[in-house]
Amino acid sequence: MCSTWCYTISPYTLPVGKQTNMSSQPENGQYHMDLNLDHGDTESRQTIPMPIPDLEVQYTKIFIDNEWHESCSGRKMQVHNPATGDLLCEVEEADTEDVDKAVWSARAAFQLGSPWRCMDASDRGQLLTRLADLVERDRLQLAVRKTHAHTHTRTHILKRTHILTYGEYFTYTRHEPIGVCGQIIPWNFPVMMFAWKIAPALCCGNTIIIKPAEQTPLTALHMAHLIKEAGFPPGVVNVLPGYGPTAGSAIAHHMDIDKIAFTGSTAVGKLIQQAAGESNLKRVTLELGGKNPNIVFADCDLEYAVEQAHSGLFFNQGQCCLAGSRVFVEDSIYEEFVRRSAEKARNKVLGNPLVPGVDQGPQIDQKQFDKILELIESGKREGATLECGGGPWDQRSLFIQPTVFSNVTDNMRIAKEEIFGPVQQIMRFYSVKEVIQRANTTHYGLAAGVFTNDIDKALTVSSALQAGTVWVNCYNAMSSQCPFGGFKMSGNGRELGEYALQEYTEVKAVTIKISQKNS
Amino acid sequence: MLRTVLIRTLPRVFGISKCQYSAATIPKPSAQPEVHYNKLFINNEWQDAVSKKSFPTINPATGEVICLVAEADKADVDKAVKAARDAFRFGSPWRRMDASDRGLLLNRLADAIERDSAYLAELETLDNGKPYAVSYSVDVPMVVKCLRYYAGWADKWEGKTIPIDGDFFCYTRHEPIGVCGQIIPWNFPLLMQAWKLGPALATGNTVVMKVAEQTPLTALYVASLIKEVGFPPGVVNILPGMGPTAGSAIASHMDVDKVAFTGSTEVGHLIQQASGASNLKKVTLELGGKSPNIIMSDANMADAVEQSHFALFFNQGQCCCAGSRTYVQDTIYDEFMERSVQRAKNRVVGDPFNLKTEQGPQVDEEQFKKIIGYISSGKREGAKLMCGGGVAADRGYFIEPTIFGDVQDSMTIAREEIFGPVMQILKFKTVEEVIDRANDTKYGLAAAIFTKDIDKAHYISNGLRAGTVWINCYDVFGAQAPFGGYKYSGNGRELGEYGLDNYTEVKTVTIKVPQKNS
Repeated sequence: MCSTWCYTISPYTLPVGKQTNMSSQPENGQYHMDLNLDHGDTESRQTIPMPIPDLEVQYTKIFIDNEWHESCSGRKMQVHNPATGDLLCEVEEADTEDVDKAVWSARAAFQLGSPWRCMDASDRGQLLTRLADLVERDRLQLAVRKTHAHTHTRTHILKRTHILTYGEYFTYTRHEPIGVCGQIIPWNFPVMMFAWKIAPALCCGNTIIIKPAEQTPLTALHMAHLIKEAGFPPGVVNVLPGYGPTAGSAIAHHMDIDKIAFTGSTAVGKLIQQAAGESNLKRVTLELGGKNPNIVFADCDLEYAVEQAHSGLFFNQGQCCLAGSRVFVEDSIYEEFVRRSAEKARNKVLGNPLVPGVDQGPQIDQKQFDKILELIESGKREGATLECGGGPWDQRSLFIQPTVFSNVTDNMRIAKEEIFGPVQQIMRFYSVKEVIQRANTTHYGLAAGVFTNDIDKALTVSSALQAGTVWVNCYNAMSSQCPFGGFKMSGNGRELGEYALQEYTEVKAVTIKISQKNS
Repeated sequence: MLRTVLIRTLPRVFGISKCQYSAATIPKPSAQPEVHYNKLFINNEWQDAVSKKSFPTINPATGEVICLVAEADKADVDKAVKAARDAFRFGSPWRRMDASDRGLLLNRLADAIERDSAYLAELETLDNGKPYAVSYSVDVPMVVKCLRYYAGWADKWEGKTIPIDGDFFCYTRHEPIGVCGQIIPWNFPLLMQAWKLGPALATGNTVVMKVAEQTPLTALYVASLIKEVGFPPGVVNILPGMGPTAGSAIASHMDVDKVAFTGSTEVGHLIQQASGASNLKKVTLELGGKSPNIIMSDANMADAVEQSHFALFFNQGQCCCAGSRTYVQDTIYDEFMERSVQRAKNRVVGDPFNLKTEQGPQVDEEQFKKIIGYISSGKREGAKLMCGGGVAADRGYFIEPTIFGDVQDSMTIAREEIFGPVMQILKFKTVEEVIDRANDTKYGLAAAIFTKDIDKAHYISNGLRAGTVWINCYDVFGAQAPFGGYKYSGNGRELGEYGLDNYTEVKTVTIKVPQKNS
């Protein structure tokens, strides 16, 4: 792995030399992209180690001040395996009192003169690198605990800029950490979201209280263990498994948390923004939902576009905020595109996600499962054409058949609401102007895709789309260098890239009277 | 006298050369400038309020009505947002304009304001009460500099190309956010307008601005200049109106993409909640302060006294960054107090159009009463009134320069923002102690340190939780230097390059390429 600003994105070992393979074909061209990993790619699959089938769960408590704590209330919550519905283990459930304890600890770690505040920035970078190494060492365990391990490091040098002001003064800015940061992350990419949140925050010198989702607390707790092992001082990172309305709300309303970063639904994002306004005006960054347009022009490489639009929607069981869930296809290729998309969906392999060769696992929980099925029913009822799928798969647990709807119109619920499941909507369009207007007619603005070989169309449409990320002739292409975040009600602020550092920084302008200024 | 006063305060603080300040270069003002514009400015047209309502704007020096001004409410906000949205539509003249031409328009606006600076300064003083010498020599020149600064940025606000992993080409576009609601206060009406318009227009947004009901007149005159220099219709819309009606309509509007507010922390809370309850519009806030000003025993005494006086009393004490907790090290406390009292007693309070005047009236009766209330609370809670403490004239809203000694951190006057000419002087012993006490506030807007010791200067400035720290100076502003608050003093930064971030949506565009090469 590289030494600076680096992600060990994936638990899968990448085939050596493939990253520079210029003649990569669509079917194996996505190896470098975690989000785009096509599990059907036999070549990369060979390098994936066999998973550990009955992994023992080691960490089930609340992590505060580098120690494991039981919850103040004595309550525990159950964690289930979504593939089987079986109980995996019980985890200590954090609530308001535990949040208070964690804030106290994070605040103490942030005191002027504390080891963390006095630490050289380069040493902070070193700690992050060490953490990345540990994650890589344990990646198999982390992967089995649900998902892809994902962290990054950057040796961050406290940036100072000096500024010319009028008169006999010298002015500089210091980029200071904000303080105690509350972070609330979702269940769809548990380890990756953990890394997206903690890395820039720690890089800038903040302290953290992070609440992983109640569905997926285990990898976060393992990360907590690694954080301690890497040598972060006590209180710098505190991990509190718990529920949104209790622990999450306590973080959002806390009077001594300086900043909150939330990834999740737009409905909850609105509550977080209001909680900041009601409490202490903590800084807020939000990464929320999306209903992302993916626009396919007739002049594109059709087979490639079908494949990309397919993975753009079905990746991670459709549980991506950036899923390309409104596929706009130009009239002249519409029928063929729909036919091929349905065929592709029908060929997906469902099953136990720990078995190599399986493309699609179960949905995360019963609530999501029910919601997806309800939206599929609304699609049928409102007159969309069901091309394939449309119901549950394997009555035993939470699998849903890959589903494709055609003849979807913009006013249908499946074209407006975030489904967060393996349900693809394909719409027809006729002109550039029309499709721009329709693509932008949504409260959301997270991501968008454009497939065309025409440079004018590519630049016009990508400029016009109201979305924080636009992919041209690709989808889900992301890496830690690229900022990610939403326009409109998809959130505010950016994660990843240099831009993300701004969200964890207070700028202090220091102006000093001097006897004589010279240029 | 004037020369002495100005040289003692303004030039040093604002860094404009002394020659610009000599009495000879300040034109004799008219105390009754004509009011040309008193309607709503929407889509480059003057309009009555939909409700036909209007409200009086008052001369605070006399308490008399200057004129009636159209009062915007929700229906007018809707009209203005529609105009701004239309001006922002893809393919509009404003969206298609070269960035360099946006810069040119801002430069022309700065030129027009400079051309009319004497008139604007008169109007500002009439409506706000601040001394004309200050309006003319500080406010208006800073407006011009701010607009020119951002004019320069218009075609230099660049995205990045990003070395993404894989066979892709990735760049970011720095796009305007869209329709920006801006709500500005009455303490620096022209300057706050420029701070808001400069970065918003440089980055290509459109604006619906609500100006304070106490001071709508200069903003409306600037609106006429915006039209004159050629901004397309709908790009800037200016609405005089009240906070709970027009301001609230902006904050809650479903089609406003961003709101920037300068004002009280109390209203800042409401704005943030309104965003959460409506469309999650982006929010930046510049709110209150209770800024510590720390005088170490090794400071240059005369300079520290003068700067601390200025830090608090400038603009009748009506500054969010006023140095309203003056912490003085115990060994020099008595001498500092004595000299500060002497300086305050010498402060010239009176007719703001008189060029000798240092301090005019407070902006309105509500503020006047609030400040008198704080002075009473200081006496009641046991602070020692060293000078002032009363009303300074028979009519208008004048208050005597007031100093309290023996102030304790727990007193109301040491915790709440007074926004008036009332100075609190507190005693401290050690560096560690003063850092703790200085930070023991919900606010974090500004702070200052007076010391000759470089170690103390750096140690304390690093330890203070404030967005701006001045060392051996106070209230030094330049359009280049970012300004904004920690904690309850707001979020986001205005001015400088940082100010552009708050008017930008970053769009990441990633394009598949057949083969990447370094």
